Amino acid sequence: MEWFVQQLINGLALGSIYALIALGYTMVYGILRFINFAHSDVLMLGAFAAYFVAPPVTHLFPPQSYAGALAVLLLSAVICAIIGMLIEFLAYRPLRRRPRLTVLITAIGVSLFIEYTCQHEKVFGAQLKPFPKLLAEQNFHPAGLSINGNDVVVVVVTALLLAGLWYLVQKTRMGLAMRAVSFNEKAAALMGVNINRVISFTFGLGSALAAVAGVFYAMRAQGIEPLMGIKPGLYAFIAAVLGGIGNLPGAALGGLALGLIETFAGGIPALSNYRDGIAFAILIFILLFKPSGLLGKTQVEKV
Amino acid sequence: MKKQFFANHWCSLLLLSSTIVFSGCDKPSAPSGGSAAGGASADPIKVGEFASLTGKEATFGQSSHEGTQQAIDELNAAGGVLGRKFELIVEDDLSKAGEPATIVNKLIARDNVVAVLGEVASSRSMEAAPICQQNKIPMISPSSTNPKVTETGDFIFRVCFIDPFQGTVMANFATKTLKAKNVAVFTDVKSDYSKGLAKYFKEGFTAAGGKIATELDFNGGDKDFKAQLTAIKSSNPDGIFVPGYYTDVALICIQAKQLGLSVPIFGGDGWESDQLVKIGQDAVEGTYFSTHYAPDVATQKSKDFVAAYQKKWNGKSPDAMAALGYDSAMILAQAMKTANSTDGQKVRDALAATKNFEGVTGNTTINEKRDATKSAVILQVKDGKFHYVETVNP
Repeated sequence: MEWFVQQLINGLALGSIYALIALGYTMVYGILRFINFAHSDVLMLGAFAAYFVAPPVTHLFPPQSYAGALAVLLLSAVICAIIGMLIEFLAYRPLRRRPRLTVLITAIGVSLFIEYTCQHEKVFGAQLKPFPKLLAEQNFHPAGLSINGNDVVVVVVTALLLAGLWYLVQKTRMGLAMRAVSFNEKAAALMGVNINRVISFTFGLGSALAAVAGVFYAMRAQGIEPLMGIKPGLYAFIAAVLGGIGNLPGAALGGLALGLIETFAGGIPALSNYRDGIAFAILIFILLFKPSGLLGKTQVEKV
Repeated sequence: MKKQFFANHWCSLLLLSSTIVFSGCDKPSAPSGGSAAGGASADPIKVGEFASLTGKEATFGQSSHEGTQQAIDELNAAGGVLGRKFELIVEDDLSKAGEPATIVNKLIARDNVVAVLGEVASSRSMEAAPICQQNKIPMISPSSTNPKVTETGDFIFRVCFIDPFQGTVMANFATKTLKAKNVAVFTDVKSDYSKGLAKYFKEGFTAAGGKIATELDFNGGDKDFKAQLTAIKSSNPDGIFVPGYYTDVALICIQAKQLGLSVPIFGGDGWESDQLVKIGQDAVEGTYFSTHYAPDVATQKSKDFVAAYQKKWNGKSPDAMAALGYDSAMILAQAMKTANSTDGQKVRDALAATKNFEGVTGNTTINEKRDATKSAVILQVKDGKFHYVETVNP
């Protein structure tokens, strides 16, 4: 029982991180119908932004305080939002009218460019760097359990961000514009929606969420390196597909599901080596029976 | 998956184009090495080294390379061997699988090296070994401990002990010094080194009357180990054996501490790096690991080495990888001297006959399996430094 609850907490924290990343994939897909493979590298850049921002921030706020951690989180989110918008502006916008495959391959190119540039020793270097402790390690011990304070923070902040995102998409003008572009780009443009602004905003928002996820991921692992985004990025991509790509609650649900599956499979001695395999097998299984994902709507592709 | 596919193709395309471009203009300089007869005596002896200078196990490659480079410089300052100086051609394998094969092929085919030195990680040495064997180029691994490395063929040597010994040493240490009876084993399934060491530890530990509490796996490069560590915690072990490399180990120790696991954690020579303490900080305090050599208990030869090394590399203290890198180059030079040739077959025979070579890491004798029989030391992390605990003789 203790084992179960402990793994549940581990899984929820990991799943929250996947959910945050998956939202970025799914939002971009919803609007532009392509997978932004550079998303996982924005996550890494978010962690590195926090790594560089954290030391100066300790001059303004007491070290390991919630205010300081929040400042670091916000700053890296802003930095990554700008990076995300820049990537869109420089790499994807010139190709907006080209076949979707061109953009997809460009996305892979951007991803490799970021990964290998950052591995250069003059940039970040390929070595693992110790991530600064943003929050003090606090362990709660209700009923023999050991609950890590940071895991609770991760889950709570993710829940708040999900609620905020839902409000933004459903209740604000920008959200309305995003939904309109997602529904029909040309019609939305004719109705006076500034497409470029909406797309820029979407990239910025997705990248900011990725930055938050990156900081959380680094907080749990305590080590960062330029290729750290690949694995969570891949998992989040699966999560987005699992939940139904283009569907926001689906991405969150898929992320949580994958985090829990990975954690529980990883915690069983004989299965710990197969946890990735299990996650992918479940993906294949679900897509066989529900090709549009858990919450996705079946769409008839117009040919 | 898709990404990896593209990455591979990208690399091979680049490689292909570069070989096409360069192979054309490279031919005139081809014949070198071989017999140094005639007036070609000024030609340097080309020795190839492949090392993980960047990436996940970067400090291994850097230390090993610094040791090797120091040996080569000292040899050259003394006039080299056979009246020729050494030229060390160094290639970085980025700590990545797949790279060693490419660069060792390049070292042999393009640079015409007469011998190859490298690597620290067993998986990567095992990738290069068949290529050296096929080309009949002697290869010396400074510090790969998996037995399979030298089993590849009779041209593959090493100057360190092997994991059956190291595993037994740690098993005895766990039972006798730590008084552990129920130990959990946490293995990196991506690494031949880790799998081998885990296997020999388990054999030794159960033979000594201990029980394996549970066995879990991780993939080198993972960042999240909490699922497995939670399972380890619920098995109530009185020690955890982690035969991994320092980056993973540091993160594992941190996350174990976060989960409130307070039993001793210990491992093998893959831990030895100043990065272990830099990343792990207070979480690695009190952990133990076995390795090849400790500067604290030193012969005169090793004291001289430490002094020279610190002078050359800005005050940096040499670790076991550096000392073994140094020894690997020195043993190669001695073999060339004995063989009075740089011919692959003759150097191989001389290497195989190495007896009581006085190296920095102790007396080295190459046995019939082309491994070195040597003692191991156990170190403990205390106040952010590695402290000598004990020496175990074979």
